[in-house]
Amino acid sequence: MNTANDLLTIRNLTTSFRIKETYHAAVEDVSLSLKKNEVLAIVGESGCGKSTLATSIVGLYNTVNTKVTGEIFYNNQNLTQLNDEQFNSLRGNHIGFIFQDPLSALNPLMRIGEQIAEGLMYHTKLSKQQRQERVLELLNQVGIANPERVARQFPHQLSGGMRQRVVIAIALSCKPSILIADEPTTALDVTIQAQILDLLKVLQSETETGIILITHDLGVVAEIADRVAVMYAGEVVEEAPVQELFTNAKHPYTRSLLNSIPQTHSENERLEVIQGMVPSLMNLPREGCRFSARIPWVDASAHERKPQLHEIAPGHFVRCTCWKHFHLEGEEGGGTK
Amino acid sequence: MSFMQISDLNVHYPIRGGFFNTVIDKVYAVDGVTMEFEKGKTYGLVGESGSGKSTTGKAIIGLEKITSGQIFYEGENVTNQRRKRDSAYNKDIQMIFQDSHSSMNPRKRVIDILAEPLRNFMKLSDQEERKRIKELLAIVGMSEDVLLKYPHEFSGGQKQRLGIARAVACNPKMIIADEPVSALDLSVQAQVLNFMKDIQSEFGLSYLFISHDLGVVKHMCDHIAIMYKGRFVETGTRNDIYMNPQHIYTKRLLSAIPNIDPETRLERKKTRQDVEVNYQKEQHKYYDEHGKVYPLKSISDTHKVAMSDIEREGI
Repeated sequence: MNTANDLLTIRNLTTSFRIKETYHAAVEDVSLSLKKNEVLAIVGESGCGKSTLATSIVGLYNTVNTKVTGEIFYNNQNLTQLNDEQFNSLRGNHIGFIFQDPLSALNPLMRIGEQIAEGLMYHTKLSKQQRQERVLELLNQVGIANPERVARQFPHQLSGGMRQRVVIAIALSCKPSILIADEPTTALDVTIQAQILDLLKVLQSETETGIILITHDLGVVAEIADRVAVMYAGEVVEEAPVQELFTNAKHPYTRSLLNSIPQTHSENERLEVIQGMVPSLMNLPREGCRFSARIPWVDASAHERKPQLHEIAPGHFVRCTCWKHFHLEGEEGGGTK
Repeated sequence: MSFMQISDLNVHYPIRGGFFNTVIDKVYAVDGVTMEFEKGKTYGLVGESGSGKSTTGKAIIGLEKITSGQIFYEGENVTNQRRKRDSAYNKDIQMIFQDSHSSMNPRKRVIDILAEPLRNFMKLSDQEERKRIKELLAIVGMSEDVLLKYPHEFSGGQKQRLGIARAVACNPKMIIADEPVSALDLSVQAQVLNFMKDIQSEFGLSYLFISHDLGVVKHMCDHIAIMYKGRFVETGTRNDIYMNPQHIYTKRLLSAIPNIDPETRLERKKTRQDVEVNYQKEQHKYYDEHGKVYPLKSISDTHKVAMSDIEREGI
């Protein structure tokens, strides 16, 4: 069941992929919720399971090799129990999805107008004439000048920024109450990125959509998010309101990540590097603190045996207890490597 | 003293069409670029996609044919003369590619990938070659047991480091780095950038650092050139560009960089929108009737800005 003001509730979601007859969890025991008119950012490096989380919500995984357990509630419906037909009536209609690479998300043989109208054809009872009007309205809304001409063009005739706008228009076509944006600006230039982020914000204030934004760019998070969940190796390691996360991050992973941004350093200074690498799916340490291997100078007794999320301030959750003993290099209290 | 000069570099692509497939127009990918490189410095080349920054890099190293203009390397004219295998220029200028995966032959082992530049440019015996390869791996912080592995067995950051190892194999004077970190994660990016700086201070290398990420460029570069439609909009030292941007295009680019401070985001959004409105309103003053950038004019010893003659008189 959804609680009163939650749009989407994820509880104990675990998504596992089958590799050589055994299942390996790429997302493990994730619980999150999304409210109306909120931007929830999910941050992490590649391979931490953030995209898997997104595809699990909308059921875009390969059903043969993937096992999803846990509950995802939307409108008092458990999404993990739905069959394809039920999912099809939700996807595009109630939940919009913006893909990372706009060129491969668009059909190269279909005109832009037809692609946007496709969702409307399945989910609404609009006439062809009305659909055409709605398409032009959407293109206008996402800031494309000259919508009549663009609607008749093919994807290859548009620039990267324009294509991403078209993908956003498709996601918005049926006025979804949830929008999942998987790295919507990664492939774009900074000026276009700023425009797209502003656009998402404006559209959100008009329609009260809840947005789940998946990104690895902390700059983007600071620009647009209301709440942030940091993922590492398939788990949420820290969750906090955006102000809190940037001023008062606690988990060692979040702090190291913030510390490796070139912006936060003065010029010519060395950048902070996190030791080691993100473990691959098959070599994930399933017991104990998953980040412990990358901060070997923190004493083993600092970690919990079964790390849990602890609420240390209202709305601020941190996994494991190792943050209390963690110091970045050069800080008071050691942190020797 | 600069060891390498580029003067009025042009790369134009012909557009063919019409009945006889004649040249009907040209794409001005690089349109009159002039640069100088000094030893041990890092030069940043920034611009949006399609601005011609990668083409500039490729033209310098000889992967693109230069339409007109000259490249002088230690007093020698090396324009379009890359056929001689033993030329010092071939050896001294190396490149790191954006996509390290596709820049390595998938069927060669690490040892052969790293040996290729050595076999081309240095006459080493087998033992010397092997010793040098081990040194290279040590420079980029990898152990010797990777020698017999194939490129696909490495992660993105490791592959990029192998790319760097290959580029420094023959002790080059200059490395052209075309978006070396844009495909990497934040913490891996930090690793690679640190490596590049270490190698620079150790061997006195110069870099031409091509990137669209203004945060990374600010961290790495001493001199920065902003590029738009094949021409330089503004060049100067790091402080000239970031503290005192003059051209409206530079201002627009700088205002669009996301900042990691959520408290000031509304203010920044306001500034950004003001700059954008300003840009739409004023851009005709900064570009000529063909939408091109004006020639560069010096406003201080290091700082050059593109502007028209009329404006110049105003200053």
